[in-house]
Amino acid sequence: MRQVIIIGATSAIAQALGRRLAGEGARLMLWGRSLEKLQIVAADLRARGAAAVELDAFDFNEFTCHPDALQRARAKGDWDTAIICHGSLGDQTAGEKIFADAEQQFRTNCLSALSFLTVLANYFELRGGGTLAAISSVAGDRGRQSNYIYGASKSAVTTFMAGLRNRLWAKGVRVLTIKPGFVDTPMTAHLAKNRLFATPDKVAGDILKAINQGKCVVYTPWFWRWVMLAIRLIPETIFRRLKL
Amino acid sequence: MRPSDQLQSWGRYPRTVQSACPFFWSTEQLPQTPGRTVLPFGLGRSYGDSCLNDENVQLLTRPLDHILEFDVENGLLRCEAGVSLDEILRLIVPHRWFLPTTPGTKFVTVGGAIANDVHGKNHHRAGTFGCHVTQFELLRSTGERWLCSPSHNREWFAATIGGLGLTGLITWAELKLRRIANSQLEMESVKFPDLDEFFNLSADSDRRFEYTVAWLDCLAGGKSLGRGIFLRGNHAGPEVKALAPHRPPHIAVPLDFPDVALNHFSIRAFNTLYYARQWRKTVAYTVPYDRFFYPLDAINHWNRIYGRRGFFQYQFVVPMTPDQQSIRRILTQITASGRGSFLAVLKTFGAIKSPGLLSFPRPGVTLALDFPNHGTGTLALLEALDRIVLDAGGRIYPAKDARMSPRMFQESYPEWRQFRQWIDPQFSSSFWRRVTTAI
Repeated sequence: MRQVIIIGATSAIAQALGRRLAGEGARLMLWGRSLEKLQIVAADLRARGAAAVELDAFDFNEFTCHPDALQRARAKGDWDTAIICHGSLGDQTAGEKIFADAEQQFRTNCLSALSFLTVLANYFELRGGGTLAAISSVAGDRGRQSNYIYGASKSAVTTFMAGLRNRLWAKGVRVLTIKPGFVDTPMTAHLAKNRLFATPDKVAGDILKAINQGKCVVYTPWFWRWVMLAIRLIPETIFRRLKL
Repeated sequence: MRPSDQLQSWGRYPRTVQSACPFFWSTEQLPQTPGRTVLPFGLGRSYGDSCLNDENVQLLTRPLDHILEFDVENGLLRCEAGVSLDEILRLIVPHRWFLPTTPGTKFVTVGGAIANDVHGKNHHRAGTFGCHVTQFELLRSTGERWLCSPSHNREWFAATIGGLGLTGLITWAELKLRRIANSQLEMESVKFPDLDEFFNLSADSDRRFEYTVAWLDCLAGGKSLGRGIFLRGNHAGPEVKALAPHRPPHIAVPLDFPDVALNHFSIRAFNTLYYARQWRKTVAYTVPYDRFFYPLDAINHWNRIYGRRGFFQYQFVVPMTPDQQSIRRILTQITASGRGSFLAVLKTFGAIKSPGLLSFPRPGVTLALDFPNHGTGTLALLEALDRIVLDAGGRIYPAKDARMSPRMFQESYPEWRQFRQWIDPQFSSSFWRRVTTAI
């Protein structure tokens, strides 16, 4: 039986992951910011077959809370997988004008994720194994004028995780970097939808498959690997002129 | 929120422009929409304009898709209003539970099923969907949350069942499920040559079968008027072991059919072949529930076969009379017009009364059929049918309507005046504005 901590458990991708894991009879620990929403999600996952669902609400931007949350989780038993799912798209134009806004976006999308990664990596290292996965983004593969604040915050997560993977390989800890493209979630509710948008359930399926296969990096849906490869290959002298 | 013409009803008529506002958490308050009204929108399976709110705001309820409690021992399910019947079946069938009643598609939300007080092939035994709702929460624009049940806030309960989404937002509901031994149906398909035989079959079958419905060849006139195939079934007994939920559909109509695809000849050919396909009088099968209840769900976007102009669905109920004169007159008129389509469905409603104030079903015989939208000719035919229905003391199903006159609605639903006081001031719909115009 898989025993999974889901961080940012009320996000759409996290809920889709939770439902698939519940269907397999997993034991789940849900971390989130809103107790009310966590209770709804927990009830849903129990009804869908999870062996047990625990929940814990705390402020993600208060990084000192992160080790405490892990302590409480460990008191409830052993955990073999952790998936970090929280994030917000942020307002690119606001962040361009006022750095305090960009800083806030970095705290939410990057720093809090790095803090969770540190705490959980040390737990799995001590435990002698486990899977640590986090949702980064294709946006982190190259800076573009339309969302480089979000992109840079995710790019730091990707690089940090590459280092962790390298550090923990010998300890039996698997580190999976998840790079979704456009996903139809509350985060993108304001955008017009097209064929490039994937459902949270499709993304969740890809993530669990990648975890089971012990992959390092997963692009979801798959075609983003090739789209981003093409985008990375454009020389900077040309790229700087493009409207991307 | 941007105005968009993306949201359509299933009949794809009328075309409207409205802003869509997703509603993510049942614990949140309704959005502020100064000067504009809102209307909950689930999966958009209503055929006409009862799920549309032209130039106003649609509250998208699909994100409210959480199961809140599933009591496997007693068959009680509490879930949010955006959960679809499709999702419920996949959850409950492996635990040997089934929906207490279901419409012809499983792609509707619980909120929509209550708001339209939908009915199914077991109406003669089970009544409407609303008969099996034990309680729900209603969120009003004042921010109040009311628990409604047959014993609690009874008037709100009655107004909201069949209340077309106008009394506020249903955030969650609790349903009483039906026990099954397995996921199979034992069904019989019986050919009938005319309308008299339909009524004989219906009276006999309603006693012995939980589910009854008939497909009708609405182009066959004269001596063959009202010929068709009667389908009846019961959940299979404990000797059958299968307990698998259905699979997702894998066939889709990829794009709009051209307008000429459905014409008098292609439809007549389809109907004749469908009737002739069954050689013997009676054929019995054991089938998975999906095939019995939801044959059309197997094809995604089947409404595209009617082309860009969309179609009208016409469903009415008229009381039964010894000579069944009104249903005969209506069928004769449809046959003579040659405009009918396939998928005409005939069923007798039972006497179980719904708790819903504006609920459509009442004792009698109901016929539902599609008409491709051919403009004024189609509308004139439907107007003529309205007159026969009204004269017979019948009425039309709002969930399927896009064109009935205010007079037709107000005369056949006299309860509407009483219903008005329960409407939330922030809520409205294209349908409601249309049918409550002064006459």
